[in-house]
Amino acid sequence: MAAAAIEVRDLRKDYGPIEAVRGVSFEVERGEVFGLLGPNGAGKTTTVEILEGYRRRSAGEVSVLGHDPAERDRELHQRIGIVLQSCGFYPHVTVREAVEHFAKAYDHPRDAGETIDLVGLGEKADARTKSLSGGQRRRLDLALALVGDPELIFLDEPTTGFDPAARRTAWGVVRALKELGKTVLLTTHYLDEAQELADRVAIVKEGRIVAEGPPDQLGPGTSRYRVSYLSDGRRVEHQTDDPTELLHRLTRDALARGERLEGLEVTRPTLEEVYLELTAEADSI
Amino acid sequence: MSPMALAWQQFRFERKLFWRNPSAAFFNFVLPLLLLVLTATAFSTESDELEVLIPGIAGMGVLATTFTALSFNLTMLRDEGVLKRIRGTPMPAGAYLAGFIGSATLNAVLQVAMVVTIGNLVYGVDWPQDPLLLIGFTLLGVVCFAALGVAFSHAIPNEESAPAYTNAIFLPLIFISGVFYSADDLPEALKAIAEALPLKHLIDGLSAAIVGGGGDTGTAALVVAAWAAAGLFLAVRFFRWE
Repeated sequence: MAAAAIEVRDLRKDYGPIEAVRGVSFEVERGEVFGLLGPNGAGKTTTVEILEGYRRRSAGEVSVLGHDPAERDRELHQRIGIVLQSCGFYPHVTVREAVEHFAKAYDHPRDAGETIDLVGLGEKADARTKSLSGGQRRRLDLALALVGDPELIFLDEPTTGFDPAARRTAWGVVRALKELGKTVLLTTHYLDEAQELADRVAIVKEGRIVAEGPPDQLGPGTSRYRVSYLSDGRRVEHQTDDPTELLHRLTRDALARGERLEGLEVTRPTLEEVYLELTAEADSI
Repeated sequence: MSPMALAWQQFRFERKLFWRNPSAAFFNFVLPLLLLVLTATAFSTESDELEVLIPGIAGMGVLATTFTALSFNLTMLRDEGVLKRIRGTPMPAGAYLAGFIGSATLNAVLQVAMVVTIGNLVYGVDWPQDPLLLIGFTLLGVVCFAALGVAFSHAIPNEESAPAYTNAIFLPLIFISGVFYSADDLPEALKAIAEALPLKHLIDGLSAAIVGGGGDTGTAALVVAAWAAAGLFLAVRFFRWE
């Protein structure tokens, strides 16, 4: 088995006295969708832009498909696709012309028309880029990143500003990439997006990773399940590692008292709750 | 594709972009020719005045198609993130810039050729007396003002302010450098400024090549070359992709 697609060890980046990234380590396996999740200013984009070769790191080790991205090797850029946070187009060309032009820089490009269809811009292929809506521009971003048929795709907040329907479409594209065996590194501050798309998530806060794992397994160990019900119109809440035992006790007691457990709910904390809890903990350190 | 082939592809793409952008085509081609025709019609009844105006407008054309167009376009491409996007692809930086600057160079050459042709066909100015010198000064002017245009784009903070910055250089420069009238008629202080800057010297060189205007072509070439060297240094040293 080949080495991981991305290896990051103790990555640091200072801008003068400001430490944007303060010792980040993670690995992304080939074929994996990995999410960097965190609030704005957490250091996600700085981390990704170091991996893309836009910025030089202050310290640490970084390997992207076996290359050091700081060397800006053309061979590495042949194999990666980059969707930046906000990025313009040539205004006076059509979608097809833009995709065909960018395809020329790659040794083994994907067919331009096929790429445009993949991102769902087929009907807009002959429209000028300046006439596209925000969501359509984002799809063109994606098409330009995919036209080189990259192995590894960086998506920096790919759905910011999307309406719900456009987000669903974009999520479909990411899933399609995964099915094609591509590796995806995604940054997002949308929790549901990370939960929906990522095989593994790292939560980033103030330049550090505060938690890492599959989204459904992320969480502080003591509060994994939450059982709640209404008692005299008031919601009573218990947290437990072992909901079977707790539910048995609660229902047994309720039956013994001849009561119903109105509004009974057994939930796992959403990623949002884990996220808020973790970032709050990081604050108190 | 090899870097050379990619530069050629970029050049062709830039030509397509140029002709699809009506304001670029207007400022690069129509405006200098309009100024030529209007000035010639209004003021230049004497042939010696035309012999000032034709090289002057040719020099202004080089300035507009390289310095103004490149600093303006580069600022826009940087501000819009197009440069950053290109930086994230395997397109070599040199191939991209060669295609981009090559397109501006073609505009400058076309502009000089059109001014000289109109000068001959419409106003009866003789064909250039020294075509080789004309080619030499045109290319030297292109290198100088293209480099200065790229360098100047580093000083322009954003897209919105680009027209103000470029015009703040372009307009005063054409008025003191002998585009519409001989720079020799200027007050001493303005003449001294014009002597230190490259446009007047480019126009002197073009004048010598087109109408055999008196002037020290050696000094002219040296001053333009010195500005070209300074421009190239600044353009490369401070280049920003984002």
